[in-house]
Amino acid sequence: MTRSGSAIIIGAGHNGLVCATYLAKAGYAVQILEAREVVGGGASTREFAEGFRVSGLAHVLHPLNPKIVKELGLGAKGAKPGTAIDTISLDRDGRHLTLSTDSVSGAGLSDADAQAYSAFKREFRRYAKALEPMTMNKPPRLKDMDNTDKLTLAKLGWKLRFGLGKISMREFLRVGGSNIYDVLNEFFEDQRLKGAIAADAVIGHHMGPRTPTSVLTYLQRLRGELYGAEILPSGGMGEVANILAGVAERAGVKIRTEAPVQRIVVTDHKATGVQLQSGESIEADIVISNADAKATFLHLVGTEYLDAMFAHRVHKTRTEGTVAKLHFALKDLPRIEGLSEAQLGQRLLVAPDMRYVEHAFNHAKYGRYSDAPVLEITIPSLADTSLAPAGQHVMSVSASFAPYSLKEGWDKSTGDFADKVVALIADYAPGFAAQIIAREILTPVDIEREYKVTGGHWHHGEMSIGQSFMMRPVHGAAQYDTPIEGLFLCGAAAHPGGGITGIPGHNAAKRILAMKAGR
Amino acid sequence: MKSYDAIVIGAGHNGLANAAFLAKAGLDVLVVEKNDYIGGATVSRELHEGWQYSNCSYVCSLFRPEIYQALDLGRHGLEVVPLQGGVTFKQNGDYYGNYHQPAIRRREIARHSKRDADAAIRFDADLMKWCRLIRGFLLRTPPDPASFKIRDAMEFASLLKSFYSLSESQIYEFIRFFTMSIAEYLEEYFESDVILAHFSGGSIIGTGLGVYSPGTAYVLLHHAMGDIDGNVGSWGFARGGMGSIAKAIASALQSYGGNIRTGAEVQEIKVRGRKARGVVLKSGEEISARVVVSNLDAKRTFLGIMNPKDLPEYVIRRAENFKIRGSSGKLNIALDGMPDFPALEKGSPLTLGHMHFTDTLERLERAYDDWKDDRWSADPYVDLVIPSQYDPTLAPAGKHMVSVFVQYCPVEAEGGWTEEKREAFGATVIDQIANYSPNFKDLILHVEIRTPSEIEAETGLTGGNIFQGELTLDQLMFNRPFPGYAQYRGPVKNMYMCGSSTHPGGGVMGAPGTNAAREILRDLGKVNTTPEDFGDD
Amino acid sequence: MEKHDFREVLQRSPFFPRADALSQVKVWSPWNGYQTARIYDTLASEYFAIRSSCSVFDMTPMGKYRITGPDAIRFLTRLVTRDISKLKPGRVTYVVWCNDEGQVLDDGTIFHLGDDGYRLCAQHNQLDWLLISALGMDVTIEEETHEVAALSVQGPTSYSVLEAAGIDGLQELKPFDIVNTFLDGFDVMVSRTGFTGDLGYELWVDPNDALALWDAIFGVKARGLYDVRPIGLEALEMVRIEAGFIVPGDDFNTAETAVRADRSRSPFELGLGWVVNFDKPYFTGKRALLEEHARPIKRRLVKLSTEGNKPPHDSFLYDGKNGQRIGTIKTAIWSPILKSNLAMAEVEYIKGKRPAEIWAQIYYQKELEWKVVWERCEISGKPFWNPPRRNATPPEPF
Repeated sequence: MTRSGSAIIIGAGHNGLVCATYLAKAGYAVQILEAREVVGGGASTREFAEGFRVSGLAHVLHPLNPKIVKELGLGAKGAKPGTAIDTISLDRDGRHLTLSTDSVSGAGLSDADAQAYSAFKREFRRYAKALEPMTMNKPPRLKDMDNTDKLTLAKLGWKLRFGLGKISMREFLRVGGSNIYDVLNEFFEDQRLKGAIAADAVIGHHMGPRTPTSVLTYLQRLRGELYGAEILPSGGMGEVANILAGVAERAGVKIRTEAPVQRIVVTDHKATGVQLQSGESIEADIVISNADAKATFLHLVGTEYLDAMFAHRVHKTRTEGTVAKLHFALKDLPRIEGLSEAQLGQRLLVAPDMRYVEHAFNHAKYGRYSDAPVLEITIPSLADTSLAPAGQHVMSVSASFAPYSLKEGWDKSTGDFADKVVALIADYAPGFAAQIIAREILTPVDIEREYKVTGGHWHHGEMSIGQSFMMRPVHGAAQYDTPIEGLFLCGAAAHPGGGITGIPGHNAAKRILAMKAGR
Repeated sequence: MKSYDAIVIGAGHNGLANAAFLAKAGLDVLVVEKNDYIGGATVSRELHEGWQYSNCSYVCSLFRPEIYQALDLGRHGLEVVPLQGGVTFKQNGDYYGNYHQPAIRRREIARHSKRDADAAIRFDADLMKWCRLIRGFLLRTPPDPASFKIRDAMEFASLLKSFYSLSESQIYEFIRFFTMSIAEYLEEYFESDVILAHFSGGSIIGTGLGVYSPGTAYVLLHHAMGDIDGNVGSWGFARGGMGSIAKAIASALQSYGGNIRTGAEVQEIKVRGRKARGVVLKSGEEISARVVVSNLDAKRTFLGIMNPKDLPEYVIRRAENFKIRGSSGKLNIALDGMPDFPALEKGSPLTLGHMHFTDTLERLERAYDDWKDDRWSADPYVDLVIPSQYDPTLAPAGKHMVSVFVQYCPVEAEGGWTEEKREAFGATVIDQIANYSPNFKDLILHVEIRTPSEIEAETGLTGGNIFQGELTLDQLMFNRPFPGYAQYRGPVKNMYMCGSSTHPGGGVMGAPGTNAAREILRDLGKVNTTPEDFGDD
Repeated sequence: MEKHDFREVLQRSPFFPRADALSQVKVWSPWNGYQTARIYDTLASEYFAIRSSCSVFDMTPMGKYRITGPDAIRFLTRLVTRDISKLKPGRVTYVVWCNDEGQVLDDGTIFHLGDDGYRLCAQHNQLDWLLISALGMDVTIEEETHEVAALSVQGPTSYSVLEAAGIDGLQELKPFDIVNTFLDGFDVMVSRTGFTGDLGYELWVDPNDALALWDAIFGVKARGLYDVRPIGLEALEMVRIEAGFIVPGDDFNTAETAVRADRSRSPFELGLGWVVNFDKPYFTGKRALLEEHARPIKRRLVKLSTEGNKPPHDSFLYDGKNGQRIGTIKTAIWSPILKSNLAMAEVEYIKGKRPAEIWAQIYYQKELEWKVVWERCEISGKPFWNPPRRNATPPEPF
């Protein structure tokens, strides 16, 4: 194969790995520069106490897009890197609800709600599917469209009108701008059920169930379900990254860890390489950033190479994370009344009703952590005993809301918040506190530092409408190329945003290759 | 039994405007009104001797000048006087004065932040761009995106054309504006707390949303795009109170030969063979008509005065789930004299406009949190105006009429409204004012306290929602009131909707009534008497 | 901060007491929030003071910003289209700056004040844009409009008047030079700059010294040496057109205030291509301007003179008498010194070429009767008025 040119990718997160593999397969000499000592970024496994390992940031995922699995040759393990799990919404009285892809069950749930759930999921997955043409392509520009843009819009229109049909299309256009709170009230009676779905719609976002457009973030989540049920990865999320790194290296990608980039070198308005913090300079034909938009433009490039209003837009993007990650090393398995061991291995939610979730969010608006947080809990050592010493367990908890800009500062509050989470878990799992051997908490401030994500935001920036599609991360850089010639974005800051999907990486590679081909 | 060409149910300003355009086209029109007076929520009544209370809507900016001109409302007695000034008081004794004179306003903004004074120029120009775009859609019927009709396609094409008058980056900025929260939108321009609070207040008026809720930036436009003598963004008082608007339109209607019957509450819209045939009044009287138009909100129309057997299941379900939660209260107060506001200099013109007492975004948002939990705001956002400073017809000389709009107030206070709770709500609001006006309480001669529950009881607005349905993204344009029914035609033939539940929504615009009249006249093959948008080059 | 008195709508410059005393007709206009004289006694006397003796204009309301800090030069480089890295301490230069789309936000002058950083003077309020442009730079930007009082002293005898007033060091001062000097115990900064196209100086002082400065200058007249007259905005408007200077907001719409998408203008369209330097590091709008530069120009703001004696106020322009409409007049005057109609006009270019022949259709009225005439127009490549004395160093003494 002829060499198409050389490319540097900044950041070996999963999107960087996906993008790298595509480019390498197309003939690029690709080098990935990773600041940390391991690959994966937000999708990596960390040992937080001796003998206890856990997925560092993201701890559950949906199967990767089948197109990416196939094209990259990820194999069976790549298609399904772990155990499929359900979600169990915990109830203080032991009347837990089990939510599967298409069904829900639990004590005290009415038949009407159970049926409504199936209908609701089917209908909303159809909406998510209708958006697919937008997902797997660069977001179309709304003026000066190229043929790809026109095709994307035509496909979208077709899917909306004929894929969904008249009634569903109208409903989709209605609920798309709505909030999950009102929509769930239309469909369901059961508070537990509504609480669980509402939590899924807002976790990771600066949103409560009543926030308009929280239906859209829920649809983003449902997109993953199109490819299969949620998965708890074997060996932690780092294994997913390892699989991707494996195919990347087989495709000829060079991956350098512990090689933090100091700046992107811009010569005559064109990115020509990078300079590492070590002082080493590396040249390349193109530079692709898997970092978030603020890190990329304001720090790695520098505002002096950018138009003022563009830089201002980047500066004003909302990138403050709202979730803290807690890891517990446990000397034995927690007990939750009414849950079997198998059930403990599922994804456990503490989101008893929508009001609870909304109240948890209220605090975040004023720079405070939730008095009663929403929790997403997994005990991955049940499915994968290698993660903890024999007979012992690890628990991984995402706790919302824990805003990046805490009024009193995280320095003083980290321990208090962790204690609050422990106490809350203990409400459901008596004796939990006494089981803890070691614990770790990563607030958004820690996540920012550890994972080099501005604001410690899961998605490299809010996924509000104003920061989605052709406005993600900002207009002017929403089609993976940027105002700096030869500089591209391939991470969650780009469309369609965060989650372990590989789609931004895929789309970025597709865009780079299309531009190279003059399309 | 007398038969009419058209019966309009409800003599609110939209019902009257609708009827007036139908009558102008030569139709024999009857407006039936449940109350003994007309106006609906655009009403002024003497509720305390010597005082005229506009006890629902209280200021005017959005009323379309095209309608004003087409119905010759000036000759029918309408006069809208531009409102000046306005102020947001700070807790520390300072204030932001929103002077109407541009030079001093600029200097006043600069007093709080020099940067904000300059950013205001960028903000004003951007807002004007969005106003120009949206204004063109007000007097138009929203196209149905799922339809294949040529008319819908043409309408979409014209919509796209307006979009394309913007540059590419402006298109994205417009989409952002349309979907962002007012707080975040303003934070892209301004840095001073009091400036942010002052400009964001208008965006939550009447909504079940907070300043940080996406979709509220757009509501700002709903309050900012009114025209008074071509000045975008200016507010005004209708001389004689808001009731003057209804009276002028009624007078126009009568001049075209239309009729109004008050004290005539409709029991049901009569439907036979999937066609509306007329109405049955509560009294049992039947009146038949070729066309029946409902100015009532979508819930009251479909769940109140129509028989479920006449309606598609979809319409019933949508009506049941139509979002129309009230969120506003109102105090109408007769004062023995002009209250003092010690933070202001004597004679300051700032009392001539909207007066507010909430100086930070956080206080505004917290006021909303209370409403979400079915409580009235402990620290409410208040929009206080004293129109009697301009309008001598509202109160005896030297005395004043004060209109206090309150955000937020729940439809059902936890456990339901009682007299005590209503009084407590009123006391919360008066305390908020008295914090900044020590003699306010002493001047009070009479207070009318209205929660959404009273607003509903008097005007019939479900939930006391002042917009006849929340102005959220899922209930705008082709979604208003329901997808598939946004073109003013009801689910049965010859039945129409003309209230603010339809596009473009509430705000004493008169546009829904006018647009509905255009569709009715079109269906009947009559000459179009409704005005086009004035346009803007 | 202290509240304002609501009765004082417009601010007053520190020179106001003197300006008010000399104003015969008390006709004022708001300018940048200040009460500014439109005219003192008659337009003709003020105009000829500028062109034949010495005029004084209070330019305090002009927007002034101080730029300091290690990144000041990086900041200015990013802000303006011109290469200012070569601007030496004690020099002034004319600049424009654009938004991302390469549309002009404003024009102004940059003063290199040496160790005191830079001063940017602008017609419009720019603090918001300057701060937006300062993102990521170690630079401090402060508005100092009210903290610096300024007088513009212009006209053929201006040098002699200032010398007589006791201001030294002007003899060798070249156009666009700055000198710091003293007068009766206070500091005066003098720059050889102006907006009249004639010999002239701008004087910058602390507001507390403003009246002393005024009195020193007008003392020259009191001593019977030279005539010195205060002038208002109207006389300035005449001479700036003669000198070919443009005014944002009058001759073109600034990008910040433009509401309609096609109402803003690029530097090329304003005839300011000479201040756009593509051989310097990136500046805001560069990418857009490079793209525009590669295309044929669509329109130009030009200096236009029309025949006859009817100034073409608000006229349309045509390519030939009764031809296609190809432009409009933005501002126009009757020049008393050139006895000619001068205008700033926007002319549409076809395929990058300007129309061969331009005619103006001029409506005018005498004693309330409206009439219309057609007059041939001529585009002028140079300022209409540019006397040698303007740049002579040392200046001609009187």
